[in-house]
Formats: sequence, C-alpha cells, structure tokens
Amino acid sequence: MANFYTDIPELKYHLNNPMMERICQLKERNYRDKNEFDYAPQDYADAMDSYDKILEITGEITGEIIAPNAEGVDEEGPRCENGRVEYASGTKQNLDAMVKAGLNGMTMPRRFGGLNFPITPYTMCAEIVAAADAGFGNIWSLQDCIETLYEFGNEDQHSRFIPRICAGETMSMDLTEPDAGSDLQSVMLKATFDEANNCWRLNGVKRFITNGDANLHLVLARSEEGTKDGRGLSMFIYDKNEGGVDVRRIENKLGIHGSPTCELVYKNAKAELCGDRKLGLIKYVMALMNGARLGIAAQSVGLSQAAYNEGLAYAKERKQFGKAIIDFPAVYDMLAIMKAKLDAGRALLYQTSRYVDIYKALDDIARERKLTPEERQEQKKYAKLADAFTPLAKGMNSEYANQNAYDCIQIHGGSGFMMEYACQRIYRDARITSIYEGTTQLQTVAAIRYVTNGSYIATLRNYEAVPCSEEMQPLMNRVKEMANKFDACTNAVKEAQNQELLDFVARRLYEMAAVCVMSHLIIQDATKAPELFAKSAQVYVNYAEAEVEKHFNFIRKFQADELEAYRK
Amino acid sequence: MSLKIVVLAKQVPDTRNVGKDAMNADGTINRAALPAIFNPEDLNALEQALRLKDTHPGSTVTILTMGPGRAAEIIREGLYRGADNGYLLTDRAFAGADTLATSYAIATAIRKIGEYDLIIGGRQAIDGDTAQVGPQVAEKLGLSQITYTEDILNVDETARRITVKRHIDGGVETVEGPLPIVLTVNGSAAPCRPRNAKLLQKYKRALGAQEKAAITKEGAELPYAELYEKFPYLNITEWNVADVEGDTKQCGLSGSPTKVKKIENIVFQAKESKTLTGSDHDIEDLIVELLANHTIG
Repeated sequence: MANFYTDIPELKYHLNNPMMERICQLKERNYRDKNEFDYAPQDYADAMDSYDKILEITGEITGEIIAPNAEGVDEEGPRCENGRVEYASGTKQNLDAMVKAGLNGMTMPRRFGGLNFPITPYTMCAEIVAAADAGFGNIWSLQDCIETLYEFGNEDQHSRFIPRICAGETMSMDLTEPDAGSDLQSVMLKATFDEANNCWRLNGVKRFITNGDANLHLVLARSEEGTKDGRGLSMFIYDKNEGGVDVRRIENKLGIHGSPTCELVYKNAKAELCGDRKLGLIKYVMALMNGARLGIAAQSVGLSQAAYNEGLAYAKERKQFGKAIIDFPAVYDMLAIMKAKLDAGRALLYQTSRYVDIYKALDDIARERKLTPEERQEQKKYAKLADAFTPLAKGMNSEYANQNAYDCIQIHGGSGFMMEYACQRIYRDARITSIYEGTTQLQTVAAIRYVTNGSYIATLRNYEAVPCSEEMQPLMNRVKEMANKFDACTNAVKEAQNQELLDFVARRLYEMAAVCVMSHLIIQDATKAPELFAKSAQVYVNYAEAEVEKHFNFIRKFQADELEAYRK
Repeated sequence: MSLKIVVLAKQVPDTRNVGKDAMNADGTINRAALPAIFNPEDLNALEQALRLKDTHPGSTVTILTMGPGRAAEIIREGLYRGADNGYLLTDRAFAGADTLATSYAIATAIRKIGEYDLIIGGRQAIDGDTAQVGPQVAEKLGLSQITYTEDILNVDETARRITVKRHIDGGVETVEGPLPIVLTVNGSAAPCRPRNAKLLQKYKRALGAQEKAAITKEGAELPYAELYEKFPYLNITEWNVADVEGDTKQCGLSGSPTKVKKIENIVFQAKESKTLTGSDHDIEDLIVELLANHTIG
C-alpha cells in the first residue's frame, strides 16, 4: 500500500534539517512537558522520532484512505441541505480517520489536547494530505486557524475552544464578501453589541467561504459604525452551536470539489470578540493569512508532487515508436523540470516554515516570560525572514503546481484530456492555488518591499557564504552571477523613481529573487544529500538562470514610455 | 457497566503481495521476503472490540498473541489503536503448533487472564487460512461462539446477551448469544481505526523481555531505561508454558497431529477466456458448467 510519507524520502530529509533542534527546544521549552504528559518527548531525538512516526501514520491514512477516496469525493462533492453542508461520503471517512488518529489541533499545546507540533512537521502533513486530495486538504488544514485564536484570544476562549479543535471539530475563516475579495478593507458584515445579552451580533453575507459550515468560525466584521476602512474591522468567534448562520448555497467550482465553498447568511448570529476591537484586519487577519499562505504553499507542493508522480508513471508505461515515451528528450526534459520545480519549491516551503517556527515559538515564550535580548534579536530576525519568504513560497509554489499539472497532462497526451486519469483532477485542483489566500499578483505586492529594501539580496549574499560541495561549486558561481543581475535590475528600477514602472516590473523582480533563493536552497540540499537532489540542482539552476536572463533582458531594455502600449 | 474483552491477534507474513521469492525451494514460506504484519481480519476484530469500548465506558481491551519475541509488535500496534494491555505467549515449546496446539495454548492463556466477557478474533489468518483457531478456543473454554461476525449490534450487560450480524452466503443473519462468548470477525466488517498519534507517542517504547534482551545483547544500553520503571505499561508481559500452567505435550509440535507431507506450487493458467453478460441466462449457464466440471459443488 502507498504511504505518502515513506514513499517520498525528500520529506524525511527536510524533517531532519539541523534547524529543527532549535525549533524543538523552543517549542518544547526544554522538554518540560515530559513530567506532565505521558506522550510528551523526553528530548530532541525523542521528539524527532515522534514526528517521523506521526508523519508515517499520516502517510498511511493518506495512501490507504484519502487517495482511494479522492476520485469519488471529486465526483460526489458536498451537498447543501436545509442551510447545512453535508460532506461527500469519502470526505466523512477521511475526516473520521484523521480525527481518530488524533491529527487535529496538531500544533496546539498539550494542555488543550494538542500534540504541540512545530509548524514544520505539521506543514509536511498538510502537503501529504493535499497530494492525495487537495480539496480534503482544505477541510483538514483549516485547523490551523486555531493558531490565530491561540495567539489573540483570551484564556477563557482558549479553554473553551481549543480542546474542541484538538478533538476534531473543524474551522473556517470568514473573510471574503461579494464586494470584498482581495480588498478586505471593504468588508461590510455588521457587528453590533447587544447590551441586553452582553454579546455581539453579526448580520450580513459572506461569500466564497471554504468549509463554511465549520464548527468554529473566525469572522471579520465591521464593529465600528460609520467607518469605511480596515480600521473599523474586528475579528469575532462564531460557534455553530449558537446558531444564526446558514449556508445559502455551495459554489459550483472548477476544482477542489470536496471542499465546500459556501455563501453564508448571518442573521443576528451571536458572536464574541477575539482580541481587541479595530485590530481585526490590520493585525489578526494578517496573521491568519500568513498561516493560510503557508498552508497553500504546502497544498501546492503536494499537488506538484502528485502531478510529477502521475506524469512519471505514465511516461514509463506509455510506449510509442517502439519505446517508453520517457526515453524521448522532449518528455524527459518536461519531467526533469517538473521534479526540479518540485524539489526547489519544497526546499523554499520548509525553509519558510522553519523561519515561522522559530519566531512563533519565541512569540509564545514571550507570553510567559520576558525574552532575553538575544532571544528578542532572534525573534526579530526570523519574523522578518518569515514575512519575506512566505509570499515567495506561496506564490512560486502555486505557480509551479499549475505548471506541473499542465505538463502532467501534456505527458499524458490525448489521454490526459479525458476524464479517466487523475491528471485532470490535479490540473483543476491546482488552478485555485495561485488565486486564493492572495493571488500571485498580491504575493508580489507583499514581497516587493523586500526587493526594494534589500532584504532578499542580503539573504542571497548570506547564502553565498554557506559552504557547498565541490560538485556544486560551478552551480554556486552561476547563482552568484544571477544574484548580481537581480541586484542590477532592482537598482535600475529604483533609480528610475517611477512607482508605476516598479509595480509593472514587480512580478519579474519577485521571480528573480525567488528563483535565486530556490537555487541556493537546492544547492545546499544537493550538498548534503546529493543522491536525492544533485540532478534537480543541476536542472533547476539551468532553468532558473534562463528565467533570470529573460527578466534581466526585459527590465534592462524596457523604457517607461512603453507602458502606454500596455495600458487599456 | 463495562466489558472485559480479549482480542486474539496474530503476526503473519504479508501474503497479499506475493512476489517470486515468496516461497523457499522446499515449499516453505520465505519469511525474510515477506514483511510481518498484523493479520488483517484480526484488525477487523480489534475494531469491533474498540467500538464496544467506545460505547461501554470503562471496558478494557486486552491483546493476546502467540509468537516469537518480535511478535510484541502486534501488541504495540494494538496499544496504538486503543487497546489497554497485551500478553505475548512465547516459548520454544509453543513453536510449530497446528491449530489444535495453538488453540490449546490460547485457551490456557485466557484461563490465566481469568475475567472476560468477550473473546474476539479474526475469522482466519492469511498464512494458514484455516479459520479453526477461534472455534477451537471456544470449544476448549466451553463457550458459545459466533463466526463470520460483521457487526456487533448490541451488548446487553444486564441480560448478559449479545446481538451480532453475521456475514453468510447470500446475505446477513442476525443472531443472539450469551456472554461470555467467542466471536470470529469477517473481513467485510469495518476496517480498523488508524494508529493514534498520542497513543503512539505513549507506547512507542513498549518492549517485551526478549526485545529488550536483543537490544542489550551486544552490550548496548537500553535507551531511556529509567522509563520502564516509571511507566510499568512499557513492559509488555511475556508468558511461557509454565506461566500459563500449560501441558508441554499439548503445545507446539508435540501437540500437533497435523503433519505437512508435501507442499506444491500451483500455477493457474487461463487457457481460454469467455465474456458473459449479467443476464440470468448467462449466469445460469456458467453455474451449470462449473458444476459439471466440478469447479464448484
């Protein structure tokens, strides 16, 4: 039987990254839980052994239950009945297995019933699940909304809500409205304080809400009457047990059919404030979205892996002109680039998740005690890296998932266009990844400040100082040259002092930064584990260098007055 | 109100994906080529037990297995899924047992366990496919038995009665029996729940005495040795013949009247193929043909 963890040795390689020692030490507070909980780790080696074993359980459930159910779930989909969502039968089985395996509320502290997992191994579980069924991945992965409730809710809310999520109840984040998509400042859902019952009441409509009939909702709503911008928005917790929110309909989508995308009607729904008033968008939703973006990056890597697996299997099996099509350069070129994007993208994903792990663990420690000056510095450093890397990981991996899904169908030829093969589902499922939780265009907006303020080039220069193997040295030299070109383009655009020009070429600068970062990461991986990554490093740097060259040429030759030809 | 449940489980070679090297030249199983797994229908049995534990709080599920030291893995697998404890029957004297000697050993171990309301095992093991051990255990203990269990519909603890859905040819049958009782569970019953992340972390270091001895044999220290005193549940109980007060003559090879004379490899070859529709007429023709050539009946 397939095991989506043990079948992919690259995952174990990333789990065993040396940064995990610091992450575990912080997350486990020097392993203090061992005296209180019989399932807490004794030390670092013990914690790592448990992550490995729990990933193996996830891989087994994924291989034996979720993957075999995926086609049926895609066809059946969820139904809306009397204002409630009924999941597809396969979805119910999947969820039941994950809950029985205790894989909910994974990152929450043990005192609430969680596993106290760092973000990194949790993200690996999310990748694995998404590789089998990206739609189910959403329902299960939305458990990470609890991070935001944990960070900003009060103790009473923690004790009432977190154990329920650890026990397997599901979550949703209710942000989007018919007139507030990318622009969340325009959210209109109305929150009014009900003096008589000492609670908040929500009224209005939310749209495109993933898993909208969840047990627990985090809701962005306008609590400050008369305001029009983000400063009038607060975040609320809505508990389905209280009633007042109905599902009006489930959207009919191109992909991720198993994941119910709902239109919600709030009719005087009782809710409670999470955190402080007016910080809903500017603080809490930003935190929520950063977590969700990492989740979509993981989903994208899972889909890239699935596309690669399907493409590879078909290319080996399909014979034309007397040989397997994988033996034709035109086909093995596609497969090699798919694998290189997958490996480079995954390296970026877990580098990002490790950065997030360190700063979040330090944030959490800061709620218990004052950080030392060294810890404060460490927190700041990794928070900044995490902020800079998250839009790269989300944007690039979602684009790669789409590209890999496209190539996967191409390898299948005419058969790929038929509905019998899994590649068509992967292709449809991948399409949303570069759209939701912020389009690639918005990831560029989030990332461009790290281009112009020199963060990426500084990180690249730091990576250049990381020793690499002799075999990787020629590639490293080429990547240094690529960084020089990225730096030259950045400086040229900055010197032009033209905001529209900067916005126009931002995506190109963003991609240059991203492929340089990924080139370094894959070289580092190939240095440590050449048997896994040497080929991908070679293929990826070839690809990335050509990408950089393309953007370099474009930006160098582009004149601001040419913008007129693009404007409509 | 609670139940004491014993689950019979066996570690078997995984015969579901048999490759070319699955058999030795002498016709015996090449165990090295086949990974050792939890017998699939015993997992169905464990799930039935765990469901009773869910619906009858305070119930306990005990895994009983027989095999070499490494069969303690079956008990760990049971603990990861929600069993409370386990016993490994292990002794050279138990080796080479046929179904008669096996059921004797298991019955003596169950007497040693003492208190039980239900004894649940898989219908049969995939290495022998005899389906005899469960029924023989029931006979030896003088208990009622229900075979081919697909679902336990109800256990009435006051009346000491159980209602079970059986999987039989052409349909299902609902039957009732008294407690204590032996059930054997069919593969069509609900699949077993996955291993639980917390239970896995709690029990992952649980070891039997032979496994511990194997680790320390070369002079290595037992990792986290201090935990075995702190958490007694990490020590998997091993029982030998003397522990269960068994009669050595009735155990293992000496207690086994079955002698294997010869094993042959049979290769099925399709000489011709035939396409049939689902019509009554075609099905009738096929059955008549299969009866005539003694493939069935």
